[in-house]
Amino acid sequence: MGNFSEQSYRSNRQSFTDTGNVQDLLSHWSDRGFQGLTFVAALITAAVPFWMSALIFQQAQPAIAKFGLSFLWTQDWNVDQNIFGALPYIYGTLVSSAIALVIALPIGVAVAIITSEDVFPSWLQSPIAVVVELIAAIPSVIVGLWGRFILIPALAPLQEFLFGHFKWLPIFNTQPFGPSMLMAGIVLAIMILPTIAAISREVLRAISQDLRNGAFALGSTQWETIWHITLPAAASGIFGGASLALGRALGETMAVTMVIGNVTGIDVSLLSPGNTIPALLANQFSEATDPVHIGALMYLALVLFLVTLTVNALAVVMVRFLTRHA
Amino acid sequence: MSQLFDPLPLPKRIFNAALSAIAFSLAALALVPLFAMLWSIFTKGMPHLTGDVFTQLPAPAGMKDIVNGFANAVIGTLLMVAIGSGISLPLGILTAIFLSEFGKKTAFAEVMRFLISILSAAPSIVVGVFAYGVIVLPLKGFSAFAGGFALSIIMLPIVSLATEEALKLVPNSQRLASAALGAGLARTTSRVVLARAFPSILTTALLAIARAAGETAPLIFTALFSQNWLESVMGPSASLSVLIFNYANSPFIEQNNLAWAAAVILVGMVLFTNLLSRFVIRKRLQAW
Repeated sequence: MGNFSEQSYRSNRQSFTDTGNVQDLLSHWSDRGFQGLTFVAALITAAVPFWMSALIFQQAQPAIAKFGLSFLWTQDWNVDQNIFGALPYIYGTLVSSAIALVIALPIGVAVAIITSEDVFPSWLQSPIAVVVELIAAIPSVIVGLWGRFILIPALAPLQEFLFGHFKWLPIFNTQPFGPSMLMAGIVLAIMILPTIAAISREVLRAISQDLRNGAFALGSTQWETIWHITLPAAASGIFGGASLALGRALGETMAVTMVIGNVTGIDVSLLSPGNTIPALLANQFSEATDPVHIGALMYLALVLFLVTLTVNALAVVMVRFLTRHA
Repeated sequence: MSQLFDPLPLPKRIFNAALSAIAFSLAALALVPLFAMLWSIFTKGMPHLTGDVFTQLPAPAGMKDIVNGFANAVIGTLLMVAIGSGISLPLGILTAIFLSEFGKKTAFAEVMRFLISILSAAPSIVVGVFAYGVIVLPLKGFSAFAGGFALSIIMLPIVSLATEEALKLVPNSQRLASAALGAGLARTTSRVVLARAFPSILTTALLAIARAAGETAPLIFTALFSQNWLESVMGPSASLSVLIFNYANSPFIEQNNLAWAAAVILVGMVLFTNLLSRFVIRKRLQAW
């Protein structure tokens, strides 16, 4: 049935050449026009990513010409002297996303297991899945508002505890005062949790029941089956979901900028404030006037776009490949 | 008989108990954020959600005990979401029609799908940067139109991909029946396919609108913000989301409170749309 359009076309064309009927002629041309219209719309939509990258690349030229690739590993960001280096922001983006992934992955997989395997009554499974998935619907700026006024004060004891007992570890050796890289990581973890949970759930559900039954027949308990059979079989799909979530975390802006403190510089301690590429863009773009400054921000946006594209393209390929072979 | 009911060996029991405990506590932890967020938004926002907020302008920073509101931000959000929908809904639905009705499994359509999924993965701040480069820089000014344009780019991939899924669910027999009755492609698609998929397209549109209404990153340096009434589509405009961002960072408690009140409206709208599409419209679809 795949070539229904061609068939109906041919028949339309046939009839109008045969009879010369005006109505058929009109119908033929309106069909042609309609198809052409949808084609043009699809072309425009598909062209937007090219337009976007070309435009950002072009606008970044003043900074690309001035700093070249060394932009990526220099540390100064001085608006007055027009010297720009992206390393602190790249570092902050990667570290906050990594923290988020470390926290959200086990929790997301746990939610996926609880909501797909038979360890929990099924009438409770979908409400739990819905509650977790609804987090994704909350606007980022509201997560940030909540993070800033509720979560940071609530987790102040945790930060104090980490500093008090683990300050011999370089990652906890600064006095916390609220906003920090760790808080950004936790807020990001909350925001990517729905992605990880939903995709892991799909992957677990796609795994053949035969595998589980085989394990049960050999005397495995429910949890042994999950741990030794189901999870390993789902691992690569879950990994794909985690990559998609990572792509989201890298580009997340509002919630991060509201809890990370927006301090430029690289500090290994997770309890000290930091900055990320999206957070810097959000804070500086509206005030940037110098072409080199705007160019440097565009350059950052370009780097961010390319990194998230790579991560997402890999994830999409991985998830597609796996679901095709599941 | 006793052997049948032999308890599991101790290591197995410990393993089971430990994994159950870990999984249940982690999953329980996952339920906390949503309820915690809704609770704080409700308790902190409701007291400040008076009738004034819908009719008054924001009070100047630091002024106490005078009427305070964000009517201009409500108007700005509505206007920019309308601009975004006006661009993205027709374009996205036509794109979806091409992909599902004409492009189908061809390599060309697959490449288009991949490009659209790339667009949907673009960080919203990058979309803002794009709109800044396309509209704000050439026209030398922040504008509600630039904000609406940015929102349309956010909505476009959502609308295209979800509408295509909806169209693909329409049974092919209905297209054939329509063709057999003499309807051409344009007529079949508009009168049969689109009509049949209408409830799911409506759901998609609502979800995309809800998503756009909450977006902040694409608006902060395209539409900027304004303390005053909207004067022109080509001038800067307030919006609920940017108001929350600006007022959350404000040192003045009145402005913080207003941010919470705006959060109630935004979250209420977003959750309402989501739950509506999840339960009501999906049920209706199943009933068809």
